[in-house]
Amino acid sequence: MIASSFLRADVLVVGGGMAAAWAAIGAARQGVSVIVIDKGAMGTSGVTATGGPGHWWVPPDRAAREAAIARQMDKAQGLAERAWMERILDLTWRHLPEIAPFYPFGSNGAGGPYVQGVRGPEYMRALRKLAIAHGVTILDHHPAIELLRDEDGRIAGVHAVALASGDVIEIRSGATILATGGCAFRSGLIGSHTQTGDGYLMAAEAGASLSGMEFSISYSLSPAWASTRTLPYFAARFFDEAGRELDIPPPDAGHSHLQALGRAMLEGPVLADLSDAPPVLEGLLRRIQPLTAAAFDRRGIDLFRQRFAVRLYGEGTIRGTGGIRIVDRDCRTEVPGLFAAGDAATRELVAGASSGGGAVNSAWALSSGLIAGEAAAGEAIIGRQRPAAVRGLGRAGFHPRRGTRAIDRAGAISTVRDRVLSYDRAFWRTRETLESAGHDLESVWTEVADHASGEGRDLVELREIAAMAATARWCNAAALARDETRGLAVRADRPDKDGALGHRLLARGLSQVEVIAEAPVQPREPQPVAA
Amino acid sequence: MIAAIVEARCTGCNACVGACPTRVLEPAAKVPLIARLDACQTCYLCELACEADAIWVAPGEDDATAPAEPVLLASGQLGQVRRDHGWNAPLDGGQLDDYRLLGPLLREGSEIAARRYAAGRTSEAR
Ligand SMILES: Cc1cc2nc3c(=O)[nH]c(=O)nc-3n(C[C@H](O)[C@H](O)[C@H](O)COP(=O)(O)OP(=O)(O)OC[C@H]3O[C@@H](n4cnc5c(N)ncnc54)[C@H](O)[C@@H]3O)c2cc1C
Repeated sequence: MIASSFLRADVLVVGGGMAAAWAAIGAARQGVSVIVIDKGAMGTSGVTATGGPGHWWVPPDRAAREAAIARQMDKAQGLAERAWMERILDLTWRHLPEIAPFYPFGSNGAGGPYVQGVRGPEYMRALRKLAIAHGVTILDHHPAIELLRDEDGRIAGVHAVALASGDVIEIRSGATILATGGCAFRSGLIGSHTQTGDGYLMAAEAGASLSGMEFSISYSLSPAWASTRTLPYFAARFFDEAGRELDIPPPDAGHSHLQALGRAMLEGPVLADLSDAPPVLEGLLRRIQPLTAAAFDRRGIDLFRQRFAVRLYGEGTIRGTGGIRIVDRDCRTEVPGLFAAGDAATRELVAGASSGGGAVNSAWALSSGLIAGEAAAGEAIIGRQRPAAVRGLGRAGFHPRRGTRAIDRAGAISTVRDRVLSYDRAFWRTRETLESAGHDLESVWTEVADHASGEGRDLVELREIAAMAATARWCNAAALARDETRGLAVRADRPDKDGALGHRLLARGLSQVEVIAEAPVQPREPQPVAA
Repeated sequence: MIAAIVEARCTGCNACVGACPTRVLEPAAKVPLIARLDACQTCYLCELACEADAIWVAPGEDDATAPAEPVLLASGQLGQVRRDHGWNAPLDGGQLDDYRLLGPLLREGSEIAARRYAAGRTSEAR
């Protein structure tokens, strides 16, 4: 790969959402040079920008924190760690208010600012400004396509494509942080178009494993014509086309809510009826989520009075839980010189088997970003005296294993999406259906790895397809290996929890995918020693 | 999908080109070109970036049809999401004063659904 330009930074952050921003800020505060490269534009790209993350937010009161952690440990079903929860509560509480110079905090109704929940576009605009104020250099529209490794086995930067010109640029760094978000397999989920699992693929090519990929049965309800944020739909009643009311367990029912909706949607159109929504919502929606209101205004639909068709949008590993394995308290991965933060990293440390969505994810993205940024800055000094020779680690799309030929891109994406996200497969996982999906995903991977080859912008697209296919294979293999039901990983043929599977599962490998058990998580409290 | 950039309003500043997270737009002599519509994720963030209120995003993820320009100009929808956001208001403008109600309203919705479901179950059991 020949680069047409070169840049250097102590710390390189790959991504442009909230995790990337906090990582860049955390590193820059240590006085090192920082470059951020984003596939999109930092400020508008990623699910943070289109969302409105409500952070896990508990005042530093011992009893309150203990109670919040106890509830979260319970949800996590043995796969999370109390010490991580304490840290992210503390970091979030102390650092989120720092966006105040650039963010229009609203009132908390009691004379102070309301901090814990922030609106996406304003939040990312503020984080971009805060990063710039700290001297961070931001390159928008520069997706990373592969990691670089030096002769000592340390990650030494990336190759990226400047989308405006199609040129390859080489960025050398002392330490590198992947904050590339999760993967929603191009489901149409709001804000997720650029989250195709690129970070997972790049990390795996460098030898990292993925953890928690089986916890990926997460969906959000939206109008059938576009994914929006979901505030108005929680009280919805559901009807079929003939006007018969459907028997759908409430959203709190989790998997059975999804199953009932999925079953109905497989049979025909499902219409939502919001006449039961909290009465004040109608007057407030436009002030809270203006873009949700626009999705209806512009179709001439009165959402509180007219029924409208809905569907479920897959969230993959975004509000699922899996990602790159973290090996220490500094958010290091298994690969020297490489850190991970936000949805690119596993959130099992704080979410365990549950969804990270709804509070913990954003507290994790902020905290893991700051932690990784600070630790990467510390290491970057070592990186200043690194060997000069580096090697690109990208395989699929760069070096086809067999002859180069055009691959069916749309077909590959739609097969991947169907095998991971289709309602029948996702809501009723069985050994048999997972094995058959695994077979089809192998074929897609083989086709891409054997034949795909491109350059510039075209290579970016091929890498996205390879990343989605690889991510789907890890999710599927982990779902097979978790031969039980635990949290978000529900198996129709294994409805119970298996005491012998109370550990995390690591998926790894590209040519061959394997899943192994991580050493069991430390017990919550030291066990009393029998006298 | 982005469906219209109203020529009469566009100042050619290209802010939308830089803001688009999926690079749908290409800079052009005056009005930016909608060059890669299939990458549009219907996020409306180009509208927030447009100081001239010239952009209109159609609500469907697969639909880029727009009303005729005079209809659009009369619709009140150009710039609507920017006004609703209070995007250019000062930081202490109060544009997020109702935002704290998001969580409570969401929980209230969930509880309404849960109560209705439980009530339906008991009436069936009778
Ligand atoms: C609708 C919705 C609502 C949510 N609500 C909540 C909530 O209330 N509370 C909560 O805790 N969590 C919530 N979540 C989850 C939360 O938003 C995410 O966990 C968090 O925003 C993740 O931030 P991130 O920076 O890791 O990822 P993202 O914000 O998705 O950013 C990923 C970035 O990586 C970039 N990127 C991808 N590939 C490359 C590449 N190859 N090179 C360079 N850049 C790349 C993308 O362009 C993007 O900028 C919600 C999620 C959704 C979808």
